[in-house]
Amino acid sequence: MMDLASLIAAAAPKVDTGDTAWMLAATALVLLMTPALGLFYAGLVRSKNTLNTFMMCVGAIAVAVVTWAVVGYSLAFDGSGDLIGGFGHAFLNGVDFSPRVDPLTDTPGTIPGLLFMAFQATFAILTTALVSGAVVERMRFGPFLIFAALWSVLVYAVLAHWSFGGGWLQEGGTLDFAGGVPVEMGSGFSALAAALVVGARKDYGRQALLPHNAVYVLVGAGLLWFGWFGFNGGSGFSTGNAGVLAFTNTLLTPAATLVVWFALDLIRGRKVTAIGAATAIIVGCVLITPAGGFISPGYAMLLGGLGALPCYAVIVWRPRTRVDETLDVLAAHGVAGFFGILFIGFFANISWNGVADGLLFGNAAQLGDQALAAVAAPAYAFAMTFVLLKVIGLFSPLRGSDRDEGIGMDVIHHGEEAYATGEGAILVRPESGAEGDRQVARAT
Amino acid sequence: MKLVIGIVRPERANDVLEALYRAEVRGVSISRVQGHGGELDRVETYRGTTVQVGLSDKLRFEIAVSEAFVEATITALCEGARTGEVGDGKIFVLPMERAVRIRTGEADDLAVTPVGA
Repeated sequence: MMDLASLIAAAAPKVDTGDTAWMLAATALVLLMTPALGLFYAGLVRSKNTLNTFMMCVGAIAVAVVTWAVVGYSLAFDGSGDLIGGFGHAFLNGVDFSPRVDPLTDTPGTIPGLLFMAFQATFAILTTALVSGAVVERMRFGPFLIFAALWSVLVYAVLAHWSFGGGWLQEGGTLDFAGGVPVEMGSGFSALAAALVVGARKDYGRQALLPHNAVYVLVGAGLLWFGWFGFNGGSGFSTGNAGVLAFTNTLLTPAATLVVWFALDLIRGRKVTAIGAATAIIVGCVLITPAGGFISPGYAMLLGGLGALPCYAVIVWRPRTRVDETLDVLAAHGVAGFFGILFIGFFANISWNGVADGLLFGNAAQLGDQALAAVAAPAYAFAMTFVLLKVIGLFSPLRGSDRDEGIGMDVIHHGEEAYATGEGAILVRPESGAEGDRQVARAT
Repeated sequence: MKLVIGIVRPERANDVLEALYRAEVRGVSISRVQGHGGELDRVETYRGTTVQVGLSDKLRFEIAVSEAFVEATITALCEGARTGEVGDGKIFVLPMERAVRIRTGEADDLAVTPVGA
């Protein structure tokens, strides 16, 4: 005879300690990716904009975690509505130690729901930060924070629902392991829209606007790769086969991308470039993001090699246009995510993933499901971001004056310099509470 | 023979170089300097420490020219560097005693005339 308490305990979904341990670590790994992205981006801009560029990533952590807890998580992961989830988990209502129940399969997970929410939050942060790459060196910090807050809900949470949360793409059979739809295509095509609305930097196309610290770029890329093992490896939500496959593919694919990128650099300029290598690491990680747990290690390497080609082409072509999509989020994330999503349609293999085959293994329908996502996600991300920034622009100018841009965003928006020497700086006495006799500059 | 020194905003460097090129002034040296010329101070805060910074980054052009090029050089510096705001910089013109081109030993006007001009 069992008493009531043990009956309830037996019926409650079981949390797996091994899975939970790994997901705790994976969540921390993914959180590291956002400061790593800040470093990567900061190295790519001019020295006078170092801090502002990094702060856009820090700002994304600040606002996207709050919006995620308030409403983003609920819109993405509450219920199986076609387009959006519900408001049942708003303010983290009902998110506790019991595992989340998948609305499509009605099976509970093996990790606490609270941890599931935290892991997904780190994705919302990173994706929001990624978009900043399109508008660095000119967008004002205040409007960026407002944009980041709204974008993380209106674009990220919606796309996450479509592909992971039980929305129409997932229900229709689209495979997206770790975020080709919401993270990569979501950020990449939003970046294109953001660059168009905010406009080019004042000196774009007239002067050489060069990266000021290639070492930051390489260190940032290395830390991003490190964090990506949690990003992809954690997207199986367990220590099972899918997670192990995605983890290992996260090693293989970027290496293949690097090799092909080196070759392309050699052909084009007769030299292998360091910033090219850092870019290749990102591109490779993005390529395997949607496909990580669905394709064999061999095809993962093929994906890395082949996927380098369109991304490289867009990176070479884009600066010749008038579109100042400054840090090439479209090429590195949008195009690579698009390619990875479609690649699944050809090379998914049920003997590796236990879910579905692709065209090559006799399931042509999978390619159709993937193509649908590859059209819908970019279209939604582009259109929504375009409208969102236009609306924000009605209330607050998105960019400062040419004078402010010339002085640099660090001094204008943060009152700090990345490489301050302190020479000639006059200490303002705290007790006086005011600035000295000499007049001070304000942002215009 | 004069030494023309132009102290300008770093973000105007390309415009100045382009104006000099158009004026057929080819020999320049550039150094990064910090200076104060009446523009407004910046207030910066690092944790609890607030400072007022009066020095701004500037670029210093040094251009040695023969008499015939002095006016053209000054005009080019003004055209390239002017934004109309306080802090655009200054031009100083100094007499120059001697100049020697190290490679050939050419002196004075010959030394400050570009090769092939």
